[in-house]
Amino acid sequence: MKTDVILAGVGGQGILSMGAIIGLAALEEGLHLKQSETHGMSQRGGAVVSHVRLSDRSVYADLIHHGQADLILAVEPMEALRQLPFLKKDGYLITNTDPFTNLPNYPEIGKIQEALDQLPKVLKIDATDLARDIGHAKSSNIIMLGALSAFVHISVQSFEKGIETVFAGKGEDVVEFNKQAFHLGRKVALTTV
Amino acid sequence: MKPELFLGNEAVAQAAIDAGISGVYAYPGTPSTEITEYIQQSKQALDRQVRCNWSANEKTAYEAALGMSYAGKRALVCMKQVGLNVAADVFINSAITGVNGGLVLAVADDPGMHSSQNEQDSRFYGKFAMIPVLEPSNQQESYNMAYEAFQLSEQSQLPVMLRLTTRLSHTRSGVLRREVLQPKSLKLPQSSKQFLLLPIFARKNYRHLLEKQDLLQEWAEQSKYNFFRDGADKSLGVVCCGLGWNYFQEVFADSEIPYPRVKISQYPVPVSIIRKLEELCDELLVVEEGYPLVEEQLHDFFGKGKPVHGKLDGTIDRQGELTTDKVGRALAVIYDEPFSVPECVVPRPPSFCMGCGHVDAFKALDEAIASYGAGHIFSDIGCYALAALPPFESIYTCVDMGASITMAKGAADAGFFPAIAVLGDSTFAHSGITGLLDAVNEKTNMLIVISDNQSVSMTGGQDSAAKDIIETICVGLGVDTRHIRVFVPLKKNHEEMVQIFKEEIEFEGVSVVIPRRECLQKAMWRMKRNKTK
Repeated sequence: MKTDVILAGVGGQGILSMGAIIGLAALEEGLHLKQSETHGMSQRGGAVVSHVRLSDRSVYADLIHHGQADLILAVEPMEALRQLPFLKKDGYLITNTDPFTNLPNYPEIGKIQEALDQLPKVLKIDATDLARDIGHAKSSNIIMLGALSAFVHISVQSFEKGIETVFAGKGEDVVEFNKQAFHLGRKVALTTV
Repeated sequence: MKPELFLGNEAVAQAAIDAGISGVYAYPGTPSTEITEYIQQSKQALDRQVRCNWSANEKTAYEAALGMSYAGKRALVCMKQVGLNVAADVFINSAITGVNGGLVLAVADDPGMHSSQNEQDSRFYGKFAMIPVLEPSNQQESYNMAYEAFQLSEQSQLPVMLRLTTRLSHTRSGVLRREVLQPKSLKLPQSSKQFLLLPIFARKNYRHLLEKQDLLQEWAEQSKYNFFRDGADKSLGVVCCGLGWNYFQEVFADSEIPYPRVKISQYPVPVSIIRKLEELCDELLVVEEGYPLVEEQLHDFFGKGKPVHGKLDGTIDRQGELTTDKVGRALAVIYDEPFSVPECVVPRPPSFCMGCGHVDAFKALDEAIASYGAGHIFSDIGCYALAALPPFESIYTCVDMGASITMAKGAADAGFFPAIAVLGDSTFAHSGITGLLDAVNEKTNMLIVISDNQSVSMTGGQDSAAKDIIETICVGLGVDTRHIRVFVPLKKNHEEMVQIFKEEIEFEGVSVVIPRRECLQKAMWRMKRNKTK
């Protein structure tokens, strides 16, 4: 079993938290893992990417090579497309459809849709909308993480433990609504795919 | 024992705590920042009263760490690659003084320039100083090597460099910890002359350093981190350093590795291990992240040796971060790339946060100097350097910490007017102060804008050494108090700010304008922290 995942988004969208949760969950399952992150300058509203490599055997490289990612998980659609060279031929792209438009020349959303629809395996989720529905607009990244959980060999319990650890410092209610968001995303993925 | 999830930098920090350090000294800089941050947040370190505040710059950090080592205790000093240039003076000399308590320099290089001005390879500094260099290839090795480096330092009586790179520093993985050691007790150096680099003592110390080289070489030859593995296909022998080992193994992850290979993670370069490979194989390939340090050493000046491939002959791209793709191509393995980036995707560079005080300051300054044309602002490393990008394109220089003031001064000396320097509060404390002293001494006709957001924001909001004392420093350096002007950079104060900038540009001499408003990110973190308390 080996799963290579690319996490993509914009600085401030919670990519590092998602990566940390996956890492903790994988360790809980006794898997080998390497999860690389983007720090520093690009965190200020720039494109952010994290490579997550999970396996029951040793993981060597810190980075996934081109054409080898099993999954791209994006919290923003243009950032999903930016990572396409990493995707496997039969890999899945899972993305939040809500654009993050902090730049003046953000492409027409129609063009982004078109590019997404040309892919053989794509799961589009309006996670921003879903997050608003449950009253926690900031949890869209954890909704996307829930969707990811339907594609990887890690138990729900381990993911929940990861969520508990990462959000422990922020209080009980933050842990709870993030768990709720996680389950919502998971359900959407399981019923759509 | 169960593995714990650590970022590479966190593994280094935890290892240093477990190895019994009494202090960490650092100036924040990506990709090294999290080492110190981890120690600052560690309960274990707090309980042991490990000293862990940020230093004004890398030189002061290194010197303080050397002082702790003088007193017999173990000290860690951390910086990014360009920070080592700032600390180079004391770093090179610390190899001559040697150490007393274990002294480990963790320096994080940034190949690919994710967040840096250059790709310089700190291993060259290690070789230059003639000290042992350790180059881990994964997070477990980062922990193990950082843990053992203190002992290595005490054994050799030399500082030890732990060379990290971005990818290693910023990758998480499971790490097993070791026994927690007690901090050392205070103990003076055995020789009272050891740290006295007056020529008569320095010559003696330098001879000692030279005499130690054979021992360091021997240790590297015997190091468990350097080894040879045989392979069936002798047409090529591969030498891998640090992370290069990972990418090389990844190329053959699903099959047996056909080539004989050597892994190097402890320097000086273990000659006998590589010689064994060279004797066995027709050609060599060197896979290293950074500059071609090992490759250069393997090249025969007169071309008599076996062919050596790598970054020098373009077999591996000389620029940028190492990847599996690059190593694969060097081994003639081609990867499929079924999808490409659609044309509609545009770059998303980093940008100012919405509502950032730097933005208001630049808008006012740009308006104040509009009549002079473009090219008048010299700047520095920090968030405000984002003003180089559209829509601002206000600043024209960003060279090294503190160079804004000194370069503007040089331009002013040349008759350039107006000469304006813009830098942040932390950069001012880091290396701006001495430049300001030069300007004051010569009454240079220039404007210095210290855009004070009361934090080191680009690296995550660390405390600035100049917090709340910038005016005092300026007065102390001799700036006329009438020309130290402070305001709050807000849209509503725009006209006032433009007016102040204009007046101070017109003043003939040194003036300092300080737009002051706390970094938004930092304010947000502070409020969140207070809320959870």
